[in-house]
Amino acid sequence: MSEQREHVTLEQDAILTKKKWLPHPFLSVNMLLIWLALNNASMGHFVLGSFLAIGIPYLVQAFWPQAVRIYRPMLLVQYLFLVLVDICKANVIVAIQILGPSKKLKAKFFEVPLDVKDDFTITMLAGTITLTPGTVSAELSPDKKRLLVHGLNVESAEEEIELIKQRYEKPLKEIFECSTRSS
Amino acid sequence: MAVFIEYLVAALILIGATFALIGSLGLVKLPDFFQRLHGPTKATTLGVGGMILGSILFFTAVERTFQFQEFLVSLFLFITAPASAYIIAKAALHLKIQHNADDSTKKESNDSNTSE
Repeated sequence: MSEQREHVTLEQDAILTKKKWLPHPFLSVNMLLIWLALNNASMGHFVLGSFLAIGIPYLVQAFWPQAVRIYRPMLLVQYLFLVLVDICKANVIVAIQILGPSKKLKAKFFEVPLDVKDDFTITMLAGTITLTPGTVSAELSPDKKRLLVHGLNVESAEEEIELIKQRYEKPLKEIFECSTRSS
Repeated sequence: MAVFIEYLVAALILIGATFALIGSLGLVKLPDFFQRLHGPTKATTLGVGGMILGSILFFTAVERTFQFQEFLVSLFLFITAPASAYIIAKAALHLKIQHNADDSTKKESNDSNTSE
């Protein structure tokens, strides 16, 4: 255990001492595109945006040692659509629940055991849970193994956990964490 | 054609406004803190989403200028809304705010379990 921790700190030291240009290529491209969209696209903004897109990741790379890798981009697109449709569906359900008698609601906390390990993937999962109305992710356990979720109307916690794991966690795991990267 | 698009824009804005209203109503009406937290997450997703879709449609179809910035509004909202909800919920858990939930799965359930 301690050996593993030592290994991690060594890795971080290596990153701190040896700075890379373009540590997060995806992030840089996205930053440039968003900069161009925010300001009206022109040559001047292209130069300024490129400067920022290269400079900022270079300066903050110590805080974010691992670059995000997308293993299955098509599945990501599919996942985004799935989440959008779910947001619409769940919004209607929750609207009815809010307008209906609030005594009948069975609000409940439940813990979702996590299979995903990467910080970014957990963030995506927690964000998805919060954005789909009816559930709000409330706390991540310190060991990053369980996520505490509050449901507005939960009939059975087991079913809800199974739904989150099957519907959201499984695709996220396949998109961002391939089975080969298990550490 | 233009009339049809105007009706569509009006419908989208009304849908967005309705969901924002229901979200705010939930904030007032629901009985405990954690349930009230569900209201704003709705208002930001479909509420703002509907209004932005209406706005994009209006500017592309009627004004003939495509505004990409409006997608960014929803993009930033979708990124930041869960973060703020998470921080609020975490703060509430930390302060042990009372809730009506059946907290069999919660760890420190002894002193926060109230009002049945």
